[in-house]
Amino acid sequence: MKKLSVRRRHPLAALVVLLFALAATGGLYAAFAPAEKAQADSSQSLAIEEGKKLYSVGCATCHGTSGEGTKTGPSLVGVGSAAVDFQVGTGRMPAQQPGAQIPAKKVAYSQAQIDQLAAYIASLGPGPSVPTKAQYSPGGADIANGGQLFRTNCSQCHNASGKGGALSDGKFAPTLQGVTPKHIYEAMLTGPQNMPNFPDTTMPEKDKKDIIAYLGEVDSGKTPSEGGLELGGLGPVSEGLFGWIFGLGTLIAVAVWVAAHTTKARKS
Amino acid sequence: MSTTNHATDDASAPRGKAPAGERLADWADGRLGVYSLAKANMRKIFPDHWSFMLGEICLYSFMIIIMTGVYLTLFFHPSMNEVTYSGPYVPLQGIRMSEAFNSTMNISFEVRGGLLIRQIHHWSAVVFIAGMFVHMMRVFFTGAFRKPREVNWMFGFLLFVLGMFTGFTGYSLPDDLLSGTGVRFMEGAILSVPIVGTYLSFFLFGGQFPGHDFVARFYTIHILLLPGIMAGLLVAHLILVFYHKHTQFPGPGRTEKNVVGMPLMPVYMAKAGGFFFLVFGVIAAVAAVASINPIWEFGPYRPDQVSTGAQPDWYMGMAEGLIRAMPGWEINFWGHTLQLGVFIPLVLFGVVLAVMALWPFIESWVTGDKSEHHLADRPRNAPTRTAFGAAWVAWYMVLLLGGGNDIAATHFHLSINAVTWFVRISFFVIPVLTFVATKRICMGLQRRDKDKVLHGRETGVIKRLPHGEFVEVHAPLDQGQMYTLTQHVQHQPFELGEEVDENGVRRKAGPVTKLRSKLSQGMYGEGSQIPKPTAEEHAEITSGHGHH
Repeated sequence: MKKLSVRRRHPLAALVVLLFALAATGGLYAAFAPAEKAQADSSQSLAIEEGKKLYSVGCATCHGTSGEGTKTGPSLVGVGSAAVDFQVGTGRMPAQQPGAQIPAKKVAYSQAQIDQLAAYIASLGPGPSVPTKAQYSPGGADIANGGQLFRTNCSQCHNASGKGGALSDGKFAPTLQGVTPKHIYEAMLTGPQNMPNFPDTTMPEKDKKDIIAYLGEVDSGKTPSEGGLELGGLGPVSEGLFGWIFGLGTLIAVAVWVAAHTTKARKS
Repeated sequence: MSTTNHATDDASAPRGKAPAGERLADWADGRLGVYSLAKANMRKIFPDHWSFMLGEICLYSFMIIIMTGVYLTLFFHPSMNEVTYSGPYVPLQGIRMSEAFNSTMNISFEVRGGLLIRQIHHWSAVVFIAGMFVHMMRVFFTGAFRKPREVNWMFGFLLFVLGMFTGFTGYSLPDDLLSGTGVRFMEGAILSVPIVGTYLSFFLFGGQFPGHDFVARFYTIHILLLPGIMAGLLVAHLILVFYHKHTQFPGPGRTEKNVVGMPLMPVYMAKAGGFFFLVFGVIAAVAAVASINPIWEFGPYRPDQVSTGAQPDWYMGMAEGLIRAMPGWEINFWGHTLQLGVFIPLVLFGVVLAVMALWPFIESWVTGDKSEHHLADRPRNAPTRTAFGAAWVAWYMVLLLGGGNDIAATHFHLSINAVTWFVRISFFVIPVLTFVATKRICMGLQRRDKDKVLHGRETGVIKRLPHGEFVEVHAPLDQGQMYTLTQHVQHQPFELGEEVDENGVRRKAGPVTKLRSKLSQGMYGEGSQIPKPTAEEHAEITSGHGHH
């Protein structure tokens, strides 16, 4: 220790201490941080890698080999992982055929594959990412406010109780019954196909939650129908048809029955 | 007279007083003269046919509407004052709405039996107007509107139109998002009327739409004005049915001068009374099973909100179809806009209804027939009328499709534009096709009748003749069947006659007379009816060769 204390005032002492300090921090950093980072990096790039492979098989025909878009499919640069999760997660993509609108059908990929595809598309350019459960779960939301927002922003296409409706030239607003909260959230966020989008700047996260809560209350399939058979929830068209066939139709059948049971005048 | 009888009875018979019912009837007769009324009417005969009960369906559903409507008025508040909802329906709690909507929510969720009564009221309105439609078509196709029943036809037609508007005003009362859109539609139609449209709209709504008045005003119209007029017309309609006696289908023993059927008392009283309960039962069952107008799903009306699939009840669907099919034409001149896209449908709405209402008068003018008719026509024997009726129904149905074009598009995976274009073209084409097809079917059926009368009915028995020919054995119809098939009167086309009469004076045939002659040729000329078989033809065929 004496040697050390003798040389502590040596002109190069500060430099030596600095070197030691640098070595220590560098060594510690090398021991902990870089290892973690390296791991994460490789799994992310693996997901992107896998996603790209899936993309080349299932999507590249219409969206181009690197998501730049073609005549039959739009560019996917900047649509974000939320759009992929919605389109592929509801079975709309990959599309069966081009048309006015791609309908929802059986989902073709597992959720893990969808996440890989989403990772690949997200790597093409920044865009809205898949919402977390905390963002879309309807717990504690204001249902009545959700209804008000729904009637103001959504019902002109989706019908007041979310049963869907027609748009021009074969396009349509689909029914919202059975759509998961995550997909409703993503649809509002990304505006898929013919739907306008409602980013957080025009419709804050809380409002989206309220709408999801309202739909869960009125259109979830578990909703009680107070008046009896819903008749599709389509309003007066199905009511009129039902009234003619089962109301008046039954009454005419009853009239025929009553008229057939009578004391007939004797035939001469 | 009855009192003197009683005095002697009491004096001679020690049986004591007459039964309570008899004494009550005597009491009433002494003051109201019920015996002579009853004597004249209790044995009134009504013919028996299921289609003659269509009007009864309408009458009974009207009574059901009145009864349930009275119950609803006990709880409904016809006011547009704003309140905040605090009832049991969670998705609307805390939402501001009119008192009308709030009280309808209260009827639906809190008043005992309220929702069922509301649904009975609404379903029977749907059935009532559908029933009137079918009843009107029955009267039309059997020619039961002919003299002396033209006035009653007009009463019935007015009931149909008033029913449409009573339904519309009632449907608007809850002030929900769907009906509010319908009222907005009506406001648009009124605004499209040239020059006075804006004034009319301001008058009806008490200022700018929606204002604070229309629910209260529609309420008065819905529960007092229109039903009052309808009740009056209904009574007049029934009195005329009594006075004219009911039409009957032709058959042996049935003439223009008698009615074959059952007496009002007791047969028809029992039947009609029973039928009322059957109608009530069916409508109540429908109302208990199926939801109608669930206003809580639509929410309260706000002019800045709208829902897709916004249609009126079916009886206004024709107006909706006209507006949806019409291209949005408009003319601008001197700073004014003539909104043809709305005004033309408004005019056509009246035209479509009017052509049906006026047919009886057109027909009687063309035929020049001044005689009374109490025997119903078989539709095939009036091919032009039947074809016209079928064409009108087809026209109406095309417009109904137009009114539901979005539902048709989504449910059949079509483009709404394609459906709309189909409606536009069909509006002109389908009635013509239906007319031609129906007329040909009628003519075919007339030929078949003629064939049956002359050659008998096909028995399905095949016989082989000695020389090898196969023939089907035809069995002759009995006298009654032959009478039914040949009893109708065939109109002869109205000829203009010679241009110069026997004195050498030129006859003046104005354009109106010429038109009448043309129409008459079209309706009763060679191409429009098959001459019915004569007795001579029949005799010749039956006497000639025996084998068929």
